[in-house]
Amino acid sequence: MHSHHESASVFNWAQLILALPFLMAWFLYLLAAFTSKKKWPLYRIVLWTFGISLSLISVIGPLAERSHTDFNAHMLSHLFLGMLAPLLLSLSAPLTLAFRSLSVQIGRKLSKLLKSKPLKIAVHPLAASILNIGGLWVLYTTGLYGLMHEHKWIYVLVHVHIFLAGYLFTIAFLYIDPVSKRYSFKFRAAVLILAFAGHGILSKFIYANPPAGVPVKQAETAGMLMYYGGDVIDILIIVVFCYQWYHASRQGTSLSQANPS
Amino acid sequence: MEKRQALNALSGVLFGLGLVAFFDETVFHQLLYWHHFYDKSTTDIGLVSDGIFHSFSWFATIASLFMFADLRRKNVFYGKRWIGGILTGAGAFQLYDGTVQHKLMGLHQIRYGVNILPYDLVWNITAAAMLAAGIMLLIKTRHGVKADA
Repeated sequence: MHSHHESASVFNWAQLILALPFLMAWFLYLLAAFTSKKKWPLYRIVLWTFGISLSLISVIGPLAERSHTDFNAHMLSHLFLGMLAPLLLSLSAPLTLAFRSLSVQIGRKLSKLLKSKPLKIAVHPLAASILNIGGLWVLYTTGLYGLMHEHKWIYVLVHVHIFLAGYLFTIAFLYIDPVSKRYSFKFRAAVLILAFAGHGILSKFIYANPPAGVPVKQAETAGMLMYYGGDVIDILIIVVFCYQWYHASRQGTSLSQANPS
Repeated sequence: MEKRQALNALSGVLFGLGLVAFFDETVFHQLLYWHHFYDKSTTDIGLVSDGIFHSFSWFATIASLFMFADLRRKNVFYGKRWIGGILTGAGAFQLYDGTVQHKLMGLHQIRYGVNILPYDLVWNITAAAMLAAGIMLLIKTRHGVKADA
């Protein structure tokens, strides 16, 4: 990889493009939450604000700057942008808030969009896992990681993908907001385990096979950061998932009889 | 009635499996540094097996505790059977780890730079003992319907 002494200024417009949607989303969410006739829970506003902040930290400012040259910084921002922020944002139920605040007509259009074929396929647990974990395998096992630091537009696209795939992944397994089709707990549990396994295996693979241009020592610590950091967020997702399962089985006689929806 | 028997055992098995995995990770990887994060001789299949078990063990630990809460909530928790499940799950996983994953798949060894035989023996005999005790407890509590919670 060539040197990145100019990266701070070169990547400015890329940072701006990535940061703006988050700032807008934050503003719109607050606007909707505070003008809502029915009281919108404060904890959701807090979760949303945390999620947006973590996303911003990953795409703009010192951590984002450092991630161009330091694989550990990149990995930390990956954990924030691709895992923790999507979890916090999905827990704050933005779609539910949107449906509550939008006019009936626009609400209908939105729900039609959500029921469209491509989105319906994308929130299938298998498709969401492949987009998310598969995307990471492509990023770290091909030349894409190196290319990303040489071309700004690839850098932007990769980061948009990391966030969107992470968000899609979270809402494909945790049903906080309405989704077009709900899959059974058992099916989601099985796919979730495989997806987390794919993430863990990739972490160890990176430890042993650094992406092109990444020094061995950095790949080792970053691989461990991805592995154990991933664990922490996996655990949070599993707890919410199992809580939903536990909650749904209240009427039934056992957890195994619980059905979704 | 049979369903609750099975669920008590299953919750225990999953918890036992998760417990051993957690113990392995904290004590042998993090505290003692006996196990390696990645052994350069690890086979691909070893890496995949490790990944799936690692991911499954987190899920098993958390799910088993929610199952435990569910059994308690429905007043059908049966402690002895649950403990039988724990020993079975813990023993089975440790035995699999010590024989198949450590030896056949070459995932990593218990310790490096020492004579490994005593370590392997202690590891696998403990595992087999837990497994045997667990299975015996499960058989003994097969017909027990009364919840002793």
